[in-house]
Amino acid sequence: MAQPGNKPVFAPWNDPHQKPLIQFKNVTKRFGDFVAIDDLTLDIYAKEFFALLGPSGCGKTTLMRMLAGFENVTRGEILLDGQDIARVPPNKRAVNMMFQSYALFPHLSVANNIAFGLKRSSMPKEKIPARVEEMLRLVHLEQFANRKPHQISGGQRQRVALARSLAKAPKLLLLDEPLGALDKKLRQDTQFELMDIQEKTGTTFVIVTHDQEEAMTVASRVAVMDNGRMIQVDTPDRIYETPNSVYVADFIGDVNLIKGRIESSGGDNYTIQWAEGQAPITAAGPQGLTSGTSCHFAIRPEKVAISAEKPTDRSNALQGKILDIAYLGNVSTYHVELANGQIIKAQVANNRRISRRDMTWDDNVWVSFTDTAGLVLLK
Amino acid sequence: MNFRRLFLIATPYFWLLALFLIPFLIVLKISLSDPAVSIPPYTPTLDLSAGWGSIKTFFTELDFENFIFLTEDALYWKAYLSSLQIAAISTFLALLVGYPIAYAMAQASDSWRPTLMMLVILPFWTSFLIRVYAWIGILSNEGFLNQLLQWIGLINEPLTILNTNAAVYIGIIYTYLPFMVLPIYSALEKMDESLIEAAEDLGCSRLSAFWLVTFPLSRPGMIAGCFLVFIPALGEFVIPSLLGGSGTLMIGKVLWEEFFNNRDWPVASAVAVVLLLILIIPIILFQRNEQKQREADQ
Ligand SMILES: Nc1ncnc2c1ncn2[C@@H]1O[C@H](COP(=O)(O)OP(=O)(O)O)[C@@H](O)[C@H]1O
Ligand SMILES: [Mg+2]
Repeated sequence: MAQPGNKPVFAPWNDPHQKPLIQFKNVTKRFGDFVAIDDLTLDIYAKEFFALLGPSGCGKTTLMRMLAGFENVTRGEILLDGQDIARVPPNKRAVNMMFQSYALFPHLSVANNIAFGLKRSSMPKEKIPARVEEMLRLVHLEQFANRKPHQISGGQRQRVALARSLAKAPKLLLLDEPLGALDKKLRQDTQFELMDIQEKTGTTFVIVTHDQEEAMTVASRVAVMDNGRMIQVDTPDRIYETPNSVYVADFIGDVNLIKGRIESSGGDNYTIQWAEGQAPITAAGPQGLTSGTSCHFAIRPEKVAISAEKPTDRSNALQGKILDIAYLGNVSTYHVELANGQIIKAQVANNRRISRRDMTWDDNVWVSFTDTAGLVLLK
Repeated sequence: MNFRRLFLIATPYFWLLALFLIPFLIVLKISLSDPAVSIPPYTPTLDLSAGWGSIKTFFTELDFENFIFLTEDALYWKAYLSSLQIAAISTFLALLVGYPIAYAMAQASDSWRPTLMMLVILPFWTSFLIRVYAWIGILSNEGFLNQLLQWIGLINEPLTILNTNAAVYIGIIYTYLPFMVLPIYSALEKMDESLIEAAEDLGCSRLSAFWLVTFPLSRPGMIAGCFLVFIPALGEFVIPSLLGGSGTLMIGKVLWEEFFNNRDWPVASAVAVVLLLILIIPIILFQRNEQKQREADQ
């Protein structure tokens, strides 16, 4: 999340005095023999917009369903506001969930769908219509109040589901792939709307998505999962800039990965041998790596420069041949094949018109990067 | 339009014509004639081989006196009313019995469902008549039910169930239960389970989630099931005549007696035509329910 300079930075996870709203303590969930969630520990703080990211089947929905109360925990405990919620049934939790399938009641109108939870709450009857009206305004569906779910479009249904889950002003709102069914433009609009709503209502959001761009856009923190485990939990910029593993680096955005071996160490600067006859890569890495450790060198394509002449101002320069150019409008990605067959992607902003481009297929070029542009990853 | 398509479209209409409309017209024709001691036992008969003259006399001699007769004898309207009542009550009871069965089937795991479905349909594998006779063995004074109840010690004297309306209700519910269970089951089965979870998530208990979500969503299935039980139960003849007593008045039985005991075909036909007219209303309502359901599914 972009933070204006004068506002205090929202980072309760760095403040030891803050109590998390949700705590997963060594939570394991099994379905029969299958381990869906594997010894997972996680803190989520109030007012966070927390994104769960991971490939299909990694346990995101299961995690949400445990929070909502539809799956019990096999081992470990989940605390909400410091209280173990294992014995609290779903209808008694201050948690609302927006289902992946929306789960709108087909026999009720849009307005009655939104009012459903309110009618089951302690809210006085006469206050309900006003709250429904407010929710309809929030998701821009005032004109559709009396339609049935099958009479509105997919995008509108998704908004009804969102309004319905927000209506009770829950402490915690769970969104399971809320925008999966939307096309790109509508999805982006809704992402900003979600952030806006979160800002207005102060609700804590946990959102599941398999779209990493979406996670980066909306979230205060992103958790990358794989096979029921948390691989990394961090702010979007840190997830992107300092992934802790090859898995995360590869999962989030585009990356060049070069497998190699640490040659010599001098403080936190390393030389990486990575192929016969190729100059070693010099890169900064974590302190104290020993010589001979095998590692991956990871570098984002936009941090790789491409030029016809060998640059003199960068510590790493590798020669190769342009294999392919992917034109993406605002940027172009050059796929450069090095002498040993390794392909390095370099992304260049298209500041000039395409016809003025000075490099083309089969040109011999140099790709280069500074020693702090990439990362040394051990796992 | 080519020949094949014409054929495809015409075939169902042909069967409808041959199996429904023509028999109905024959019955209608008989209902408009007079009884006679002859074979067949009514006049005028339509003798097409005798040419135009015969057709003309046939039409001039038709009258509505059999229908007027139905209104004069209280037996008939009482039998219609009693049939409606018995059919309505049995339909309601079948709903009470059938809904939990359908619900349990829909809740069962995927591997069990085909077996349960099979069990519901299984009775159709034996003759309906034999199954109704079997109920005589169960319900009679010395029957299994009374033996069981006496053995448990619940009663000292055997209960008289056979040859009462109670036996008719039992027979109708038993016979038509699958027609109630299957449509309700199909409505429940296609319901998205996450709807119940959503209801609970929004503050419903299990029970109120059922009342507010499951029950209204299974209504089309219940309506279909009720019609499927009510319509055949209304004209039911075998069950009241085998299980019912002398006090059981049902129009199907009256119809049978008119035909075979009194050999009064014209009045019997009039009874049948009126029964059909009564049934048309629920049949049309049923079709509209189905239609609405199809539209909602889209
Ligand atoms: N009720 C269940 N019974 C058995 N396995 C399940 C059940 N629910 C989920 N799983 C399994 O758990 C894993 C994680 O599922 P899920 O949490 O839905 O993944 P996703 O990250 O795609 O949302 C999957 O492999 C899935 O097959
Ligand atoms: Mg999922």
